[in-house]
Amino acid sequence: MTVAAIGLDAGSTTFKLVALDAHGAIVATRLAAAEPRIEVQAESLIAEVLAETQSPSREAVEIVATGYGRKLIKSASRNVTEITCHARGVFAELGRPGTLVDIGGQDSKVIKIGERGRAVDFVMNDKCAAGTGRFLENTAARLGVPLDELGPRAMASATEERISSTCTVFAESEIISLLAHGSELPPILRGLHRSLISRVVAMIRGLGLTPPLMLSGGVARNEAVRALLGEATGQTVLVPTRPQLMGAYGAALLALDR
Amino acid sequence: MTPSATLSYLLNYELLGKGVLRVQRWRDERKLRAHHGKPDDPLNPPLVRTARMKELMSRHYLEGRYANGVKKVAWVTSGAPIEVLRALDFVLIYPENHAALCGARKKAVDLSVEAENAGYSRDICSYARTDIGAMLSGRTPVGRLPKPDLLVACTNICQTVLYWYRVLAAHFDVPLIVIDTPFLYQAASDHQVAFVKQQLEEAIPVIERVAGRSLSWRRLRGVAERSKTAAELWLEIMDRARNRPAPMTAFDGFINMGPIVDLRGEPETIVFYRELLAELDARIKKGVGAIKRERKRVLWDNLPIWHQIGHLSRTLGRRGVNVVVSTYTYAWGELAPMMDASRPLDTAARVYLHPILNRSTGDKLRTMEKMVKDFALDGVILHSDRSCKPYSLGQIDQRDRLVHERGVPALLLEADHNDPRAYAVEQGDARLEAFMEMMESAN
Repeated sequence: MTVAAIGLDAGSTTFKLVALDAHGAIVATRLAAAEPRIEVQAESLIAEVLAETQSPSREAVEIVATGYGRKLIKSASRNVTEITCHARGVFAELGRPGTLVDIGGQDSKVIKIGERGRAVDFVMNDKCAAGTGRFLENTAARLGVPLDELGPRAMASATEERISSTCTVFAESEIISLLAHGSELPPILRGLHRSLISRVVAMIRGLGLTPPLMLSGGVARNEAVRALLGEATGQTVLVPTRPQLMGAYGAALLALDR
Repeated sequence: MTPSATLSYLLNYELLGKGVLRVQRWRDERKLRAHHGKPDDPLNPPLVRTARMKELMSRHYLEGRYANGVKKVAWVTSGAPIEVLRALDFVLIYPENHAALCGARKKAVDLSVEAENAGYSRDICSYARTDIGAMLSGRTPVGRLPKPDLLVACTNICQTVLYWYRVLAAHFDVPLIVIDTPFLYQAASDHQVAFVKQQLEEAIPVIERVAGRSLSWRRLRGVAERSKTAAELWLEIMDRARNRPAPMTAFDGFINMGPIVDLRGEPETIVFYRELLAELDARIKKGVGAIKRERKRVLWDNLPIWHQIGHLSRTLGRRGVNVVVSTYTYAWGELAPMMDASRPLDTAARVYLHPILNRSTGDKLRTMEKMVKDFALDGVILHSDRSCKPYSLGQIDQRDRLVHERGVPALLLEADHNDPRAYAVEQGDARLEAFMEMMESAN
């Protein structure tokens, strides 16, 4: 179980680590809330994983970093963008080219995956947080709904309120106004997801959809996002078992290439 | 002409200014010649002739500073037909160039805020806001801009200039000449050329009245001839980037294009570009590129992001990506073959109808496709410029066609040519890096 390669994904919300053995099999993973001191967090997680797997030498381990904090991790031999890493990770897991939607904490991307898991084209969200995980996170916090319950509660509603603002800040005010006018919470939550999906679908259309449609990133765990994305595109949405780890997994695979 | 202004002009510009700037240039050249580059810099040392460009542009703004009361001053748009003005010895000020200079020196935001505080929306072009801010506050990094005696706006670059120059005309209370150039969906028709020529003919008496003398056609032909020579040289300079490694980057082009824009028709401009061409040829002979390890070659579409030039050239250069050509710098050279100095007005009518911004989006796509082929490019970066709508219009389709029909990787990079508040460096870098990884993995 000796670790040969480690992929680190220092995201804006969570920190992810995937450790591989020399054959590319996953031997350890970590998923933790992102701490402000990225380098310190990286070092402690690496040490933890190496101890757990009883890997003899740190020097023999190739490390690749990705995510927004990637450049701050000095122990990595190189850093690669999430676009390349997610494409590689998802391709390794699902085994096919197609269109990947990655909704992360502060940005979302649509990536066209080509043969060999190569990113051949991509588009990212605008300069604001609309259409990203932060959009859901912010409003959930404002409404006092735990993140894990967002999806189920939205899907439990048969009706839907229309949230016209895609801006995270304005959507919040819109929701407060809807609540003040007596609307129920579940239809609002459903409308909130619809609003996020509409942004993502616009990006998919912009790039062009090559099936199958795949979804990665932390937001992929939200069942309402999966269901509404499928509904809006008419596609079955494929989700890897651990969507949040795909960036770190891709980074680890790239480390192993060396 | 007032005696005190003349004295000040002669003393500060002709006598002291020119001399000081010449000495400064010698010093800069010596420094640049001794510059062997830093080991960790992805770029090779800058071109020595950049010192001459600095001298020319500083001199140009210095003359402007002392011009009022001595020479007539015209403020003109970047695509304005200036040959008649030059032949009548006007000092020409290009507000767009001035705004770009403010942008590159990181002074544009403060000036834009002046304009915004006066009620100009942030949705207006950041060049216009920068210049209106400079006009209202009197602040400028060039010391002082002379008050115009005449304004000339040509619509071949955008419609914003129509409103912008009306603001200038109201503020300075001076005549405004508008040259309307119909948009070219296809090749220019004879009546379109005639329409522009007629406006030029009608403009001449207005210009003569402001100048206080008559146009000499012999001088006009001389200016037109020098404009053509300079444009030809500029085109040759840009075409040198077809060599591998390219001896200059489009960023060098952005920096060295000042004279072809502001000082077209002046003899010094020709001297400068001849020298620059010779320096590039010397680099080519030695196999020296603008960046140390050129691995990928790309095209830049649209205006530069003036406030990010250094950062972008190094971010790209570090990974061996050389931006070898741009549609923007090419705009001041590609029309050179169209110029015929013996027929200055017919030529001006035709040439000033044809800038890339006045041609159809399909035509721009074909221009880019040709560049991809001629310069053996690996990718295209399309700067979607919040402040330049006419240049950015059609880029989504142009990008899609390049990617899907030509198989050329292409990136749409959202920014603003002069307003750093409309650009997120971190996110811009993320897109650029992902794009570079994509090109690298294409092998």
